[in-house]
Amino acid sequence: MSTASLQLIEAAGRNQWLAIAPELMLALIALMLLALELILPKEQRAFIPGIAIVSQVAVLIGLIINFNSPYINAGPTFNGLLLHTAGGQFLRAFFLLASILVCVLATVSLPRQRMPHVEFYHIILVVTAGMMLLAQANHFVMLFVALETVTVGLYILVSYYRDNPLTLEAGLKYLIMGALSSGILLFGITLLYGAAGASPDADGVLHTGFEYQTLTRFLASHPNNFLASAGIVLVLSGVAFKIGAFPFQIWVPDVYQGAPTPVTAFLAVSSKAVGFAVLIPLCLEVFRPYASLVVPVLSVMAGATILFGNLAALTQNNVKRLIALSGVAHAGYLLLGVIAAFQEPQAVGAVYFYLFAYLLASFAVFGVMTQLGGADDTKQELDQYAELARERPFLGAVLAIGLGSLAGIPPLAGFMGKLLIFVSAFKAGLYPLLLIAITGVVISIYYYFGWIKAAFFPAWRLPSAEGAPAPAPRAPVHRGLGLALGLLALGSVVLGFYQGELGRWLLGL
Amino acid sequence: MNLLLNPLFLSIAAPFAVAVAILCGLPQRWSKRLAYLGFGLPALIALWCWANFPANNGAEYAWFVRASTGLEGFGISLALGLNGVSLPLFVLAGLVGLAAGLYAIRSTAERTKLYLMLLLFMQAGLMGIFASEDIFFLYFFHELALIPTFIMVGIWGGRDRNYAAMKMTIYLTVGAMLSLLGLIAIYVKSGANTFDLMALREAVAAQPIAATAQKYAFGLLLAGFGILVSLWPFHTWAPLGYGAAPSSAAMLHAGVLKKFGLYGLIQVALPLLPDAARAHSQILTVLALGNVLVIGLITIAQRDLKQMIGYSSVMHMGYAFLGLVCFSTLGTGGVVLLMVAHGLSVALMFLLATSIHDRTQTFDLADMGGLAQKTPVLAAFFVAATLAGIGLPGFANFWGELTIFVALWNVSPWVAAAAIAGVVISAIYGLRAVARVFFGSPTPALNGVMAANPPADLSWGEKIPALILLIALLVVGFWPKSISTPLNAALTAPVATAKTAIP
Repeated sequence: MSTASLQLIEAAGRNQWLAIAPELMLALIALMLLALELILPKEQRAFIPGIAIVSQVAVLIGLIINFNSPYINAGPTFNGLLLHTAGGQFLRAFFLLASILVCVLATVSLPRQRMPHVEFYHIILVVTAGMMLLAQANHFVMLFVALETVTVGLYILVSYYRDNPLTLEAGLKYLIMGALSSGILLFGITLLYGAAGASPDADGVLHTGFEYQTLTRFLASHPNNFLASAGIVLVLSGVAFKIGAFPFQIWVPDVYQGAPTPVTAFLAVSSKAVGFAVLIPLCLEVFRPYASLVVPVLSVMAGATILFGNLAALTQNNVKRLIALSGVAHAGYLLLGVIAAFQEPQAVGAVYFYLFAYLLASFAVFGVMTQLGGADDTKQELDQYAELARERPFLGAVLAIGLGSLAGIPPLAGFMGKLLIFVSAFKAGLYPLLLIAITGVVISIYYYFGWIKAAFFPAWRLPSAEGAPAPAPRAPVHRGLGLALGLLALGSVVLGFYQGELGRWLLGL
Repeated sequence: MNLLLNPLFLSIAAPFAVAVAILCGLPQRWSKRLAYLGFGLPALIALWCWANFPANNGAEYAWFVRASTGLEGFGISLALGLNGVSLPLFVLAGLVGLAAGLYAIRSTAERTKLYLMLLLFMQAGLMGIFASEDIFFLYFFHELALIPTFIMVGIWGGRDRNYAAMKMTIYLTVGAMLSLLGLIAIYVKSGANTFDLMALREAVAAQPIAATAQKYAFGLLLAGFGILVSLWPFHTWAPLGYGAAPSSAAMLHAGVLKKFGLYGLIQVALPLLPDAARAHSQILTVLALGNVLVIGLITIAQRDLKQMIGYSSVMHMGYAFLGLVCFSTLGTGGVVLLMVAHGLSVALMFLLATSIHDRTQTFDLADMGGLAQKTPVLAAFFVAATLAGIGLPGFANFWGELTIFVALWNVSPWVAAAAIAGVVISAIYGLRAVARVFFGSPTPALNGVMAANPPADLSWGEKIPALILLIALLVVGFWPKSISTPLNAALTAPVATAKTAIP
């Protein structure tokens, strides 16, 4: 055998492939779905979404069983590309759970459109695998490649219902904005790389500014480097696009409205969490020597994000736009937690808890939206919720629990998330931001409550419409979706009362 | 296991479990039957606790139990217990809950199941507020009880229900958020990093909270709790909300839930932030006098019976705040007595107002008259409730107001004199309402209504809840010691640390 191939085998042996087994499984499942579509006869292709969901659940169970894997805190793998941490492990499970739920929503939403089905699930799986890698990235090249995998997949997903003009508009907007943000991020990475340069260590191995640890060492020894400062701000800006933080939130309402509802949920939960998966290690470890720069930038961003999201959501009648803008506000609360984590390490656990509560509540609401949506997926107005609680009490209850949790009302999980973040922020002494956050919470009550009002309170009908025929009764709840919604609502309630092992584990991170 | 057998936990869990069962689709008939259990059990437990409370040991928490919810590392754990201050209010919550529940079960409201479910959730929250030793759960249960109110006003409310529901929601959320911030401030600034009240009191006894931090924390708590208790000029949500709320919701909210703010000030703010409380006493005195005098005069001008009751309840909160600024055991004890008495009497008033509306189809005082001839029992109850509200001896309110006035006199005779003038005001509007509704001759419009629908006197479904409240008022009125002995012990003890577990 040639030396080159021997070297390759040796390199392959050094890389711990088992560490990324869940991601590999997802990629394999994604390919298997395409193959199944080719192999299976037409009448049996309806099983493919089910296969996608069940196999992902299996991967998730495997991940949870093997939660304390030996790779955690055992140093970087793949030549420093990946670093496995407990927080990263939590985020992997988070992305996988979100992906499963998106697939469940898609089984309801896709059949209403004349679009190919299997590719949708395929892309979701690939994007999720990218997100899971991102949660463990320890190298800027890894970060960028994984992030592009995610973003390119989302370009397709956003414009998936391509015969709807609003969807196409959303796709175009997302493409342009996404490309711009990737460009900004890449520019920032380049500046950091250029500033840090490359130097060999004692063993003669070359270390570059792409590696997180090398960059941190450089930043610590060069406190006032202009290039590095500019690079940090640009990287933060690129990430801010992902989480929809001010002033990079302009695309959010249009894209969320135009995207198919399952994809909107994917954007709102997973894509936002991706931003935080990147932001937390970058801010708290890599850029920590530049905390005096990072903290003010994030603080201004957080305050403005909370206010903008809540104020802009006040006037929305389209529920997709409403939840988009309320999601902007949630990004602000999460940023507050990240800022607090500079002084209060417990705040990271609070951010993760908030994200999890946000996942449960958001998917509950998106599930109801998917169920109620018609053939035109972009047209979902508050008026369509009239008399929902009377006609479909189950959907009404799930909606109320989801929105209540998003609003941060006890005894729901969202309240605990907010409380943990606010207490951490108070400990860190962020009083002005806390006041803004509290103001935001109060404003948000108005629109969340307005939505609940639309579904629960007796509807007012025009006197001239007295004799008009009643609107068509709503379709019965899809069985799989109903199960998922019930579990999500239950999760929101139980987690509000009893945080148990999850709370203990997260706060001990 | 310890937790599941604890009487306090049972009093919270019983209504909660029934509510969840209804949520899961219990049929209508069974919903009503189980609702008796959901409202009855907490009341029985409350009375049992009252009878078995170790009277001279009021500073300690009886029936104390602590359970982990997973956040004990964060300083949050479910801790239940009753001391001398919380015992009377716990009993109040049980009794008013029972009365409101019985009244709701027999009512003919649309969507009865949803109505009962929300009331039961509210009841679980109310029992939880006064049984919680951990101040996080104090707040938590308050919100659990608060949220159903908004929905009930929105769905079953009367005039202006949409506006009233929205206004109430926003006002009370602001209040709740400010008080939450204040509680977090205590959590952090005490250095204890816990929401456990006993631990906080120990920490503060060892090292008081710094003066500036105290000032801000107390300011936040005062503003937050003030809004929740309808302190003038943050009171505007109250009459509007109560005017629109369905009767049982108004009974529970005005009777019990609103006392949360005062309870929080007595149990949390005064012991933990004593210096700031004194520094704020002047402004609080002025605002409280505003409650008594300004709102008192506004109450006289009301034409709508339910709004009038709503305003009168705002006015009486002024006395409670005045009792607090005395900073004496007498004053604070008087506040607790008044809270219990007012809770019972205002709940009775709301109940009777709805009964009057059922017979006259109006809340407008100008459209009523002469009801006493047709419904003498209703009239008797209403007169008794009005006299209780004014503070006639024999009713519980008398002791509350008397002790507050005596305590005030020791501090400032001028303020006391102004407060006593309030009694005259409440006599004016109270007796005038009695005269308008029950005496004189009915208006032609009312004659028409009564001819089409001859009014019957109180049915047993209305009498029993009203009797529960009236008897409680009289028992406390004739035997205030049953409350005041443990109360005195709790208020005079320097630090409540020890805990007793009495089976």
